[in-house]
Amino acid sequence: MAATLPASSNDKNTMMRSEQQGIPPQRKGSSPWIDKLFSALAHGAAILTLVLLFAIIVSLVIGAWPAIAKYGPSFLWRSEWDPVQDSYGGLVMIYGTLMTSFIALVIAVPVSFGIALFLTELSPSWLRRPLGVAIELLAAVPSIVYGMWGLLVFSPVLSTYVQQPLQKLFAGVPFLEEFVSGAPVGIGLLSAGIILAIMIIPFIASVMRDVFEITPPMLKESAYALGSTTWEVVFKVVLPYTKTGVIGGIMLGLGRAIGETMAVTFVIGNFNQLNSLSLFEAANSITSALANEFAEAGPGLHQASLIYLGLVLFFITFCVLSLSKVLLSRLARNEGSRS
Amino acid sequence: MTTVDALQASKIAKHNSRKRVNVIALVFSMSAMVFGLFWLSWILIETVRLGIGGLSLSLFTEMTPPPQAETGGLLNAIAGSLVMVALATFVGTPIGILAGVYLAEFGQKTMLGNLTRFINDILLSAPSIVIGLFIYTVVVAPMKTYSGYAGVLALALIVIPVVIRTTENMLSLIPSALREAAYALGTPKWKVILSITLKSARAGVITGILLAVARIAGETAPLLFTALSNQFWASNLSGPVASLPVTIFKFALSPYENWQKLAWAGVFLITLGVLFLNILARVLFRNKS
Repeated sequence: MAATLPASSNDKNTMMRSEQQGIPPQRKGSSPWIDKLFSALAHGAAILTLVLLFAIIVSLVIGAWPAIAKYGPSFLWRSEWDPVQDSYGGLVMIYGTLMTSFIALVIAVPVSFGIALFLTELSPSWLRRPLGVAIELLAAVPSIVYGMWGLLVFSPVLSTYVQQPLQKLFAGVPFLEEFVSGAPVGIGLLSAGIILAIMIIPFIASVMRDVFEITPPMLKESAYALGSTTWEVVFKVVLPYTKTGVIGGIMLGLGRAIGETMAVTFVIGNFNQLNSLSLFEAANSITSALANEFAEAGPGLHQASLIYLGLVLFFITFCVLSLSKVLLSRLARNEGSRS
Repeated sequence: MTTVDALQASKIAKHNSRKRVNVIALVFSMSAMVFGLFWLSWILIETVRLGIGGLSLSLFTEMTPPPQAETGGLLNAIAGSLVMVALATFVGTPIGILAGVYLAEFGQKTMLGNLTRFINDILLSAPSIVIGLFIYTVVVAPMKTYSGYAGVLALALIVIPVVIRTTENMLSLIPSALREAAYALGTPKWKVILSITLKSARAGVITGILLAVARIAGETAPLLFTALSNQFWASNLSGPVASLPVTIFKFALSPYENWQKLAWAGVFLITLGVLFLNILARVLFRNKS
């Protein structure tokens, strides 16, 4: 039995030991083929994951080919989207996706930082776990729940208490008036951004909490001993130490926000227009265009253009998430070398 | 003397301003925490308040109704969701566990291992609607029909990365002394993995599966153009199949009151189920570890 070990095992200690003792004679009943089969299955499953990624990219490129061949990269800055004339461009959706994600980050990053700061430095230790779990549960709520809540509960509130007062306040002010125009129903870029923010706060906050916790206590205690306040310790010691991890966490949240579908589809209004700067005007995002139009689109240029949008979406999230992963693993590696 | 006084005064001023900044930061931090909890409780309270109103026995015994009907339930949607989630878990879990075993036991430091780990983490957060598009182009379009099987495949592709991640994490928590002891007794590798490391990490692996089920139970986007939806009972999975999330999506955006009421009841059921699975997973993992 042990004869199969050196061949299949990566474990240094076992290798060393069996080398020292010499390889014992193979006993009856040993089954190297099971080992080989198991190893092959495990390798196969891992390779399948890789193949999956390439299959996704290849199938999207093939599906989108009619649109890629017709428009090329100009698809990205054409704002026309007209199924009747069979003429398509993705600018409106790409703008909607980037703008809602940007709003989400502006809200979510400071809040997540505050939550992580609270959970690592301020919270009494008995409260730490329940509060952490509560924030993580926020991440577990399915996006369709956020969407429905956003449309039927949150949007009316946003309209009554934010949009309409702002419209009254800015009436007649040249630039700002433009910014808050739109039907007083509370749906559009801003409400989509706010709901995305609520959805990504748990992701960013839990990464920030985890990286804050790896700061060596010695560093923090030294700073405290020199008379630093809690804020100074976090801002001048913890944050510089965990910078890459924090940015990695933010990128992870951004990737989530860009790819989120249902919550955005409910509240963004699904209207292809780009003629105002307003945050309250109905708009469209890549994901919501796909969710609304794809099943009804006939095969041909319309469907190919939608798949093209999906490809653009996948490309953006792929870049953002890769960056996040690289930053987070760099922090983990530094941590390993320092300790 | 005056310079000393001035110095003293400036020190005190500096001290006070540092204290002030600190207080502001701490107040901000606490309000951020309150802000996060506020949304969680608002969403939960509204879901319960509006969902309880729609709960009734007919929810579980009747099919989805046409608009403005007097009665009706969500039976076909609930059944469709249960079947598809169960099958997807069944398909995705073995692959996920095997790949997780590969990452933790075979390929810790190999090229393939690192690459798989990297790609897997990206697939874990990849937009689920893209998975739907992928299944559409490779399954639905060639077969020329929306089908429950396509929905199952799409959900399985979401299960795999979640299970890989947790399996690998849990296996790498197992102390290597345990493995070495088994190897020293002459146990072959497959047996070490199956009856020692995987067995010790069982609670963690089950946690991962529960989290994966919780994740796909609420997924809507990958089902929109794979399983589509169905107003009636689907006797098999080779045609369109209704699912709870897609039905909620359709009903919530409709102007009909009976549909909206059913949608809230559905949202209540999903939220309850998903939160229950999440809490169960946490409790299970904490007891074992």
